[in-house]
Amino acid sequence: MARIDVNHIRHSYLPNPKKDSDFALKEVHHTFEDGGAYALLGPSGCGKTTLLNIISGLLHPSHGQLLFNGKDVTNLSTQERNIAQVFQFPVIYDTMTVYDNLAFPLRNRRVPEADVDRKVRETLDMIDLASLAKKKARGLTADQKQKISLGRGLVRSDVNAILFDEPLTVIDPHMKWVLRSQLKQLHRRFAYTMVYVTHDQTEALTFADRVVVMYDGEIVQIGTPAELFERPRHTFVGYFIGSPGMNVLPVALEGRTAKLGSQRIELPGTPKAEAGPVELGIRPEYVRLGREGMAVSVSKVEDVGRHKVVRANLEGKEIAAVIGEDDEVPAEPKVRFEPAGINIYADSWRVEMGA
Amino acid sequence: MEKTWNNRAWFLVLPVLVLVAFSAVIPLMTVVNYSVQDTFGNNVFFWAGTEWFEELLASDRFWEAMVRNLIFSFIILAIEVPLGIFIALNMPKKGWGVPVCLVLMALPLLIPWNVVGTIWQVFGRNDIGLLGYYVNKLGINYNYVQNPIDAWVTVIIMDVWHWTSLVVLLCYAGLVSIPDAFYQAAKIDGASRWAVFRFIQLPKMQRVLLIAVLLRFMDSFMIYTEPFVVTGGGPGNSTTFLSIDLVKTALGQFDLGPAAAMSLVYFLIILLLSWVFYTVMTNYDAER
Repeated sequence: MARIDVNHIRHSYLPNPKKDSDFALKEVHHTFEDGGAYALLGPSGCGKTTLLNIISGLLHPSHGQLLFNGKDVTNLSTQERNIAQVFQFPVIYDTMTVYDNLAFPLRNRRVPEADVDRKVRETLDMIDLASLAKKKARGLTADQKQKISLGRGLVRSDVNAILFDEPLTVIDPHMKWVLRSQLKQLHRRFAYTMVYVTHDQTEALTFADRVVVMYDGEIVQIGTPAELFERPRHTFVGYFIGSPGMNVLPVALEGRTAKLGSQRIELPGTPKAEAGPVELGIRPEYVRLGREGMAVSVSKVEDVGRHKVVRANLEGKEIAAVIGEDDEVPAEPKVRFEPAGINIYADSWRVEMGA
Repeated sequence: MEKTWNNRAWFLVLPVLVLVAFSAVIPLMTVVNYSVQDTFGNNVFFWAGTEWFEELLASDRFWEAMVRNLIFSFIILAIEVPLGIFIALNMPKKGWGVPVCLVLMALPLLIPWNVVGTIWQVFGRNDIGLLGYYVNKLGINYNYVQNPIDAWVTVIIMDVWHWTSLVVLLCYAGLVSIPDAFYQAAKIDGASRWAVFRFIQLPKMQRVLLIAVLLRFMDSFMIYTEPFVVTGGGPGNSTTFLSIDLVKTALGQFDLGPAAAMSLVYFLIILLLSWVFYTVMTNYDAER
C-alpha cells in the first residue's frame, strides 16, 4: 500500500491546450494517505475518471507529477505502477474459470504455481466466491463478475492502491449495498489505499472516510461526509450533496444581517466579506416550517417516504424545506432558518463568519 | 363447447403452397424424375431405378472432384482465416484510416464473380498479364494453362484475394465491440500481447469466426464461376470441382440422368452441411 501524491497535475485531451477550458483536469494537488478510503465524487464530465486513470497510468498527465510513497511514477506504465482497478462494467476473462481469472495476474507475473494457488484460495475466501472457483466466469451474475474484477486486484498482495471506477453501476440495488459493505470490511481488515470514483453521493458518503468533490476539472472540497453536509465550501457542493440540495438565495449583507427582499435574516456571525451581493446557503433540513418567521406560499409537498419535502416560494425565490413524515403544513406557513445551518457564499465560495 | 371444423381454411395457405411448389418442389421433382430414368431426347424415357446413383458413387471421376473440392476448401480456409484475423487485428480502430480500410476491404466483395475470374484470367496470362509476365521474367516458369500446380496456385490466390475481406470484416466487427476497459484491465493484470489475443480478442471473435468458417466452407464447396472462367476446370481435370463437373456432365455431355443423380447427392451434402451449421449455431447460442 502506498501514499499517493498528486502534485499539481493538469491534463488535457487536446494536443496543444491553450485556454483553461481545454483542460479536462485544471489543476489537482492532493495527497491520498496510505490506507485511506477516498471517494471522488462529481457529476459526469468533471474529470474524476481522468484523475483516476492518471493514477492508474492508463493516462499520462500533460503537466505535473505523481508520486507513490515519494517515488516519482509519472512516466511509469500501468504494469510498473502495480495498482489494481475495477471498472464500471465487469471485466472478466470469459473463457476462464473463476479460479483462473484470479490466477491470471499472478501467472502473468510468473509467480510460482504453489504461491498462485495459495493466494487465489485466500482471495476467493475474501470475496466469498470459494464455492464457484471451478465455474466458468461467463455464467455468473453481474455482482459476482464485479467481485472477480476486484479479486484480480486483491490477489496481488503488493498492490499500491485499489481504484474503483463507478464499480456498482450495473449492480442491482440490493446487491449494491451488500457489495459496498463487503468493500468497507476489506478496507478495515487490510487497510488498502482505495480511491472510489462515483457520481452517486450515497455511495461516496457511505464508502469513504474522505470525500473529494470535483467540479469542472477541479477539486472543490475535500472532507468527511459530515463536513460536506454542514459546511459546503462551494455552492456546487451544496447543490450536489443532499437530496434535495442546499437552498441558495441571493442576499445583500449588512453587518450581521442578510437582506432577502423585504426580509431580514439574523446571521450567527459577521461574514468576512465585503458588504454587498452575496448568497446565503441553507440546507432544507435546517429550514423550519411553522407559524413564525418569513411568510411563504407553498407550491408542492412531496412525500418521499421517511419525510416530506415542501417546495415553497419565499420572496420570489424557490426554496425547499424538509418536514417530518407526520407534520402538517400550517394554514399560513412561515419559515425560519436555523442559524447553525446558515452559510454565506461570495462568488460561489464560502466565507468564514466572525463573532 | 363444440369445435368448428372448416376445411375451407386450407384455401388460405394455398398461395404459399403454389409459390413453393413452382419455385422449389416442382423443379426439384423434375431433377428426381431425371435421376431415375434414362432419356435420349424426344421425351422418350426408360426406367433406370438407382442405376445412375450406383454409377455415380462408384465413379472415380465424382470422388476425385469431391476430394479436389475438399482439398481446395481446406487450403483456402487455412489461409483466409488466419490471414483475415491478422489483418483485422492490425486495422485501425479509429481515425481516418477506418473508412479507408473498410472500403478497401469491401471492394473485392463487390465485384461480380465472373469479373473476378476474368481479372485473374488476364492478370495471370504470361503473354499480356501483369502477374504472369513478370513472374516469368523473374525466371519462375509459371503457366496456369498448362501446369496443374500453377492453375491451383492461381485459383487459390484468386479466392484468397476475393474472400479474405469477408473474414476480415467479420472479425473486425467482433473486435471493435470489445470495450476499452478490457484492454485496460489486461494491462493492469500484466497480460502479454499473446494473452490479450488468446483470452480477450479470440473469445470475442469466436462467434463471428464460426460464421466466417462455415460461410467460407459452404461457398468454396459450391465454387463454380471463378475457376471456370480462369481455367475452365483444367488443365486436364486438375481444377474440376464438383459444380464444374456437374455442369460438364449436364450441359457438356448432356447426360441428364447421371447429372440429375449427381445434383441430388450434391444437394444432400449441402443440406447436411446447412444442418450442421444451424445446429452448431443454435447450440452455441443456448450455451451463452
